Amino acid sequence: MNAALVLGVLASAIASGTSLLYATLGEIVGERAGIVNLGLEGIMLIGAASGFAATAMTGNPFLGVTAAALAGAAANLIFAYLVVGRQANQLATGLTLMFFGLGLSALIGRPFVGTLIAGLPKLRILGLGSMGDPLTAYDGLVYLVVPTAILIWWLLFRTTWGLGLRAVGESPVAAVAAGLRPGRLQYQALAIAGLLGGIAGAHLSLALTLTWEEGMTAGRGFIAIALVIFAKWNPLWAIAGALLFGAAESLQLQLQAAGADVSPFIMNMIPYLLTLLVLIVWGWSRQAAAPAALGRNFVGVE
Amino acid sequence: MLRDDALVWRLLSTRAAAFAYVAFLALSAFALLLVIAGKDPWQAYVDTLVYVFGNAYGFSELLVRMTPLLFTALAVALPARIGLINVGGEGQLYMGAWLATAGELALQEHSAFVLLPALTVLGFVGGGLWALLPAILRALRLVNETISTLLLNYVAPLIVSYFIFGPWRSPESSSYPQSPAFVDAARLPTLFYSRVHVGLIFALLCLALYAVIVSRTRFGLEMRAIGGNPPAAQRLGIPVSRYILTVMFIAGGAAGLAGMAEVAAIQGRLVSELSPGYGFIGFLVSWLAGTSATGIVAMSFLFAVLSSVGDMLQITQGLPYAVINILLAGILFIVLGRRPVASVAR
Repeated sequence: MNAALVLGVLASAIASGTSLLYATLGEIVGERAGIVNLGLEGIMLIGAASGFAATAMTGNPFLGVTAAALAGAAANLIFAYLVVGRQANQLATGLTLMFFGLGLSALIGRPFVGTLIAGLPKLRILGLGSMGDPLTAYDGLVYLVVPTAILIWWLLFRTTWGLGLRAVGESPVAAVAAGLRPGRLQYQALAIAGLLGGIAGAHLSLALTLTWEEGMTAGRGFIAIALVIFAKWNPLWAIAGALLFGAAESLQLQLQAAGADVSPFIMNMIPYLLTLLVLIVWGWSRQAAAPAALGRNFVGVE
Repeated sequence: MLRDDALVWRLLSTRAAAFAYVAFLALSAFALLLVIAGKDPWQAYVDTLVYVFGNAYGFSELLVRMTPLLFTALAVALPARIGLINVGGEGQLYMGAWLATAGELALQEHSAFVLLPALTVLGFVGGGLWALLPAILRALRLVNETISTLLLNYVAPLIVSYFIFGPWRSPESSSYPQSPAFVDAARLPTLFYSRVHVGLIFALLCLALYAVIVSRTRFGLEMRAIGGNPPAAQRLGIPVSRYILTVMFIAGGAAGLAGMAEVAAIQGRLVSELSPGYGFIGFLVSWLAGTSATGIVAMSFLFAVLSSVGDMLQITQGLPYAVINILLAGILFIVLGRRPVASVAR
């Protein structure tokens, strides 16, 4: 492996890990409040499609990101209403949200199949290197993702709001006894998760592919859910996880570009198999970091 | 006896009425969305009804579409009985089709009496083994089966693509890679001069067997015990891990049969776009049916009708087929919101 390849892998790992990290951060916020959202894949698709549509219509990618975030939050509030307001089964509702997102994004994206956009502008904040050097020319969302992770960490672990949110995820009954309102906090958590999931989708369509394609997230939502376990529900660990999976994805692209004699189909399996492997290793080490009330519905106290 | 029948009918009719109401709500909401998108939902609905119920061919196509759903819904319902969530039907379908195709390529000189049973067994085993991996990981308490079955859905179609773009690529297929056509002896017999095939009857028999097993046998009782309270079942001496492995293997096998039937009856060869999400729709079907066998038959039929709306939208109004997922998901959203704390899976 030569230096150029390593540099290329690293550069595109950061680019493709960004989307994963936004999605993972959103899921962490929701799961810290005790709610598993398997619909993240659908949220990302809705974000990717609506962000692309808004950008193609207005020519302004920043409006696109905003639209994606709002659409993601709106869709996630449907989920929140069902699991928090109606105590529906979280796993089944989440999977249904995935189908919903698959369908809705196909409808939104249909008029824009084949449309090309300029996408998010590349900023050279670090001021290093020449034009087009991949390490120094990223879009704004890439620069913002690590600060976002730190912000989410700060919100969860250094604010009263975050303490309350985590209390709800560990024990809703204790949270009520402490004078908190679990339902309201869970709605807030899921709204934030939707915003971040929408942005994650928008980064795919507005910065990486620059086109809309049906089902373009290709399971990244599920990989992000696995990354939450990998990161032990900690936003800062999620940075490392997203970088690792971004590297797996970009290694496959770089090897193909370098003309390696491996079937592209075999290479495309790497991210999914790596995810499974990570889950197995994590399961083996028996990490008990999950919020205690994760996945259970809180039906109120007597 | 007479009274029981009356009771059953009353129950059925109230359930049917409740479901008709749900379907009406979902269809209205979906129509509204299509109007906003500048399409004509009313035309699509009418077109669908005319196509599906207007002539024998349309109706037979409904049965063709229903067949894989019966299998993939069974693949979800059986594990749900012991509290497992199998969302891997799509991948299991592909692997069943894959192993059945491998069998066809190896045994094609033999007669139909050898080929058809062999392909059926191979389709079952292919799907079953693909489900066994998540089952082992679950039994060892390493990885939750929901996430592992979901991830494997993305791997199985890649394996199929690898083979039809590589070792199994038919010399005649240039632009659209596929495996060589199955020999006639390996094709499932069809019925009524249509594309309806014996897979439909086989699926109904499997569901009948499922209904008997869960309600009338020791296995069914023990499965209910595990589904209700796994630690208690373990303490009673029920081999929970063995149940997890067996049930997931059989469930994956059922989904594999759907894949086998698709290659051996409908496509006649292995192709990359084998399923428009039958594995996923089977999940929705099973959830709506509450894992009951009759419910699965009724819901599979209904979802076959509804997904025909998707075909109509694709053909007449230029929308992607995937748009129909909005309608299918909408129905489940309403049901999930109306029926708090579902008891099937936790």
